[in-house]
Amino acid sequence: MPDEPKPTAPVSKPAAPAAPKAPPTMATSPWEGELPSLLKGHFGDRISEFSTYVGQNFLVAKPEAVVPILEFLKLEADFDYLVDVTAVDYPKRADRFDLIYILYSFSRNERIRIKTRVAEGAKPHSAVGVHLTANWLEREVFDLFGIQFEGHPDLRRILMPDEWDGHPLRKDYSITRQDRQWVQENLQIESAQ
Amino acid sequence: MPESTFLDSTELVLNMGPQHPSTHGVLRVILKLDGEKILGADCVLGYLHRGVEKIGENRTYQQFTPYVDRMDYVAAVSNGLGYCLAVEKLLSVEAPPRAQVVRVIMTELNRIASHLVWLGTHALDIGAITPVFYCFREREAIMNIYEKYCGARLTTHAFRIGGLQYDLYDGFEDEVKAFCAIFKPKMDEYETLLTGNRMWQARLTNVGVLTGAECKEYGVTGPVLRAAGVKWDIRKALPYSGYEQYDFEIPTRENGDTYDRYIVRMQEMRQSVRIIEQAVARIPDGPIMAKVPKVIKPPVGEAYVSIEAPKGELGYFVVSDNSAQPYRVRVRPPSFVNLQALDRMVRGGLVADIVAVIGTFDIVLGEVDR
Repeated sequence: MPDEPKPTAPVSKPAAPAAPKAPPTMATSPWEGELPSLLKGHFGDRISEFSTYVGQNFLVAKPEAVVPILEFLKLEADFDYLVDVTAVDYPKRADRFDLIYILYSFSRNERIRIKTRVAEGAKPHSAVGVHLTANWLEREVFDLFGIQFEGHPDLRRILMPDEWDGHPLRKDYSITRQDRQWVQENLQIESAQ
Repeated sequence: MPESTFLDSTELVLNMGPQHPSTHGVLRVILKLDGEKILGADCVLGYLHRGVEKIGENRTYQQFTPYVDRMDYVAAVSNGLGYCLAVEKLLSVEAPPRAQVVRVIMTELNRIASHLVWLGTHALDIGAITPVFYCFREREAIMNIYEKYCGARLTTHAFRIGGLQYDLYDGFEDEVKAFCAIFKPKMDEYETLLTGNRMWQARLTNVGVLTGAECKEYGVTGPVLRAAGVKWDIRKALPYSGYEQYDFEIPTRENGDTYDRYIVRMQEMRQSVRIIEQAVARIPDGPIMAKVPKVIKPPVGEAYVSIEAPKGELGYFVVSDNSAQPYRVRVRPPSFVNLQALDRMVRGGLVADIVAVIGTFDIVLGEVDR
């Protein structure tokens, strides 16, 4: 019901994200301190960037280094709470997806983000072995973005139906798209639109 | 409990939901049973999936604000606050003091309303029919305040990016004060019905135990975490909207069972009343809206902002590409993450207790499925 007055909004969108993405970048400042130097000493060039944006610290790492970093941070720096795992799709980029892990430490009262870039079809390692909460969060990323996690104990879709075709949060998946065959077979209606 | 019985001990698979009154929505749980003992529970989600995050990418920043109310519709005001704070972070603006105090009053009223829905339905699930009528009576007073303030009762869309759309109506302070005065003795009434009730205690004590370490492992937050002895509340740990100016406690308990979660939520309602009383006594004069452009185009960047929603940590991760629509809106829903621990909590317990355990999570399926 709130959709009706603005039928043009979803139509105009698909062109919008692609154009302005490349030139402007995030106005970050370097993140310095004890924790970055500790990580730098331990992981070296597997972490390419330590930055701060609007007061929030994050680091950019190579995909294969993410799980070791999570484990290191959990054991050595007390980052014992994996807040969230999510992804962002940049279809024009070579390494198409940003994978984002948000971590929090109860004892330090500090929140950081770990970012990594993964290509289409690449299989980053699952973090379930380090944080159990990654189980459903990674299933959701798999469901909505189609990123497969290596070593995940139970990688099934979680929000969409199991047989659904496509991964809805990818940018090339239009907001009006649907799996017509699934809709017709399971809902006995012509179209869900 | 004996591991083997003389009867046939073949595993029985029992389907619960999605149409089941005590799943509080459309949750389907596939239970594996050995007699009355639960061997495992697998949740099937997505019956209410509307693709909120996808919708967010296809709306402008302001257009998306009312959508977030429809996730946790029992605590719509909290959803709106989290989203507005996340976009304000990207814009580097802060709501003016008057707006912040009104936001605190509204969200704390909402916490009480949400906990009242939980209390009423949780007790109803377990077999105590009376509390739900009392709870909804008090909740009605809160709904009436919302209705007078913004015209809507449930999905209020009370806040805007940068502050508030409407100023307070005449007599708002008096009505809120009157509510607080009435509500405190009502809390005692609920507690007379339940807290010391032997049946209530027997039904909840040592049911669905989750320790503090397990909570952290599963990312469980909110009252469930606090009932397991972890004194952590985002309003204290990483204050937002001026929560550091208010004097209140974080209630905790030690055992992490269903009874402790009940006690924690009851005490939280009393603490919310404390915050509301302090806030309503010092609503400053001044503007209610910060300087925010008509078309919001935050600079390229990303921010994660979370608040202490009634169910736990509600976070928004917003990515901007400097266009009028968010490039990505990720909602970190407390109900979804908390629900993951269901299997751990019911395993080894009795099938009759699963209703109590689902109730004690205080999940809202609109938020689980988004």
